[in-house]
Amino acid sequence: MRRTLIAAPLILLLAACGSQPPAPEQNPSGVENREPKAIGGDAESVNRDAIDPYALEALKDPKSILAKRSIYFDYDQYVIKPEFQPLIDAHAKFLVKNSKIKMLIQGNADERGSREYNLALGQKRAEAVKRALGMLGAREEQIESVSLGEEKPRCTDHSDECWAQNRRGDVLYTGEF
Amino acid sequence: MRLGYNFPMKLHSLFAAAMLAATIPVQAQLSIEITGAGANRIPIAVADFAGERVVAQALVSIVRADLERSGMFRLVDAGPVPIDENSTAYADLKSRGADALVAGSVTGAADGHYETRFRLHDVQKQVALGGQGYGHSGGQIRVTAHRISDFVYEKLTGERGIFSTRIAYVVKSSGRFELQIADADGGNGQTALASREPIISPTWSPDGSKLAYVSFEAKKPVIYVHDLVSGRRHVAANFKGSNSAPAWSPDGRKLAVVLTKDGISQLYAVNADGSGVTRLASSAAIDTEPQFSPDGQTIYFTSDRGGSPQIYRIASTGGDAQRITFEGSYNVTPRPSPDGKSLAYVSRNNGHFQVTVMDLATKQSLVLTDSQKDESPSYAPNGRMIIYATEMGGRGVLAAVSADGRIKQKLSVLAGDVREPSWGPYVK
Repeated sequence: MRRTLIAAPLILLLAACGSQPPAPEQNPSGVENREPKAIGGDAESVNRDAIDPYALEALKDPKSILAKRSIYFDYDQYVIKPEFQPLIDAHAKFLVKNSKIKMLIQGNADERGSREYNLALGQKRAEAVKRALGMLGAREEQIESVSLGEEKPRCTDHSDECWAQNRRGDVLYTGEF
Repeated sequence: MRLGYNFPMKLHSLFAAAMLAATIPVQAQLSIEITGAGANRIPIAVADFAGERVVAQALVSIVRADLERSGMFRLVDAGPVPIDENSTAYADLKSRGADALVAGSVTGAADGHYETRFRLHDVQKQVALGGQGYGHSGGQIRVTAHRISDFVYEKLTGERGIFSTRIAYVVKSSGRFELQIADADGGNGQTALASREPIISPTWSPDGSKLAYVSFEAKKPVIYVHDLVSGRRHVAANFKGSNSAPAWSPDGRKLAVVLTKDGISQLYAVNADGSGVTRLASSAAIDTEPQFSPDGQTIYFTSDRGGSPQIYRIASTGGDAQRITFEGSYNVTPRPSPDGKSLAYVSRNNGHFQVTVMDLATKQSLVLTDSQKDESPSYAPNGRMIIYATEMGGRGVLAAVSADGRIKQKLSVLAGDVREPSWGPYVK
């Protein structure tokens, strides 16, 4: 398992060089749609400033705060609550240190009300996370914030607990989306 | 009122009652107080058509269902014997309580085609009100039946029928999303797009040839324009961030869209081919769900700039926004009526999300439903009915309500969750 986790970004780097197609076992849709563009650069620059595989491994270490990827929000709100500030700090630090890595922030909303308004609400949450990271030095080009609105609920019951789980921003790194 | 001159008096007053709005001068003077749609429906007999029995039965049953579902008619049994279009045996139907009769015939023609003829009769006055003939294949029975229903509806109510129109909607079943197109009665459903990722906000081009929608197949919301005849599609907006809430301009050349390329959700316009993006409005808040007024002069949208989501409008050329909704703390999804005089939207009342209509002149609003999770209202092109998504028994279903709230329909239940309805334009 550990091997695959490290392998994904490495293979993507090779793909970016144009020398090797993405490996089919590496989640083709995400790879084909987004990765090559997201990494960019020619072979030389990639080699000179490659993503540190050990840093990427830290993202998966369950003991690391970097393994925490979700920021939860109150109903109809997009303010980052203080309890999530350490998480934001750690990810900002990681982005600054690994300037070649890209992040996708997916905002989510609970199911109540208009789908399009919820999409906008999810976007505002993703944007709030992006700005918080930006204030701590992450670069604009490193981060894309998008919204999944109410369309990809983590929890599908119609309850307060469930809705709270779905009012969320998730951060994903290169190779994870 | 194109055909008012040959209306019998009894029917005439009934029509006036059924018309409710009394927008047609001839009927305005005859308007009577309405106590409910059920009391004022026009009694009509749709006889079994003579000729090809199987085709005739299929066709007539669709006409009956169309007329009954509209809430404007009460079906009267025409008796067991088929009646062709030339019959003038009015006495029996009169005794059965019918004011109008639809009779006809289906004859088999060469190469598996059929010729269907029908005539609409005024039973009370004992005159024919008109008729039509259609050549059609066995696969066109539904279309032909809807055309007959449209003819009858228009002759008797004075407004255009919507039985030949189509609806688009999204069906979700076990991790699969299908964008489907069906007849307005929910029949004849066909899949335009199937995806493992969500599809939302389908909307018809004004000429009915294309759908714009938002698909998440690229792991983020991207707007596509899909040609229904060729099945080909192109990306209309795929900027950094989210791309959503497409709305066609009345001339079909542009889409109002919501982009987040410069931060939070804001209103932009793009050409339908995806070129020429321009900003429509600027705010520090969420602006979404744009909709053009029928004359293209105004754009209605949802914004939380005042602290809660409310409906606003701006001139489509830009300028200051004007707030439209003030009651309650959640008013979203504005949909102007085809005549531009009313606005349908979803309001939250005691935690229930309900389809609501506002008279834009008086600003009076009326909650049309008693359900709890209404979404995505969409007007029929004649403005009479509003289709919307709601939830029944924990499942997404489609329902329709008349713009005055009196007539309510639930569309035929399909498998899975059904949502995101959009009513298509008139068929030419």
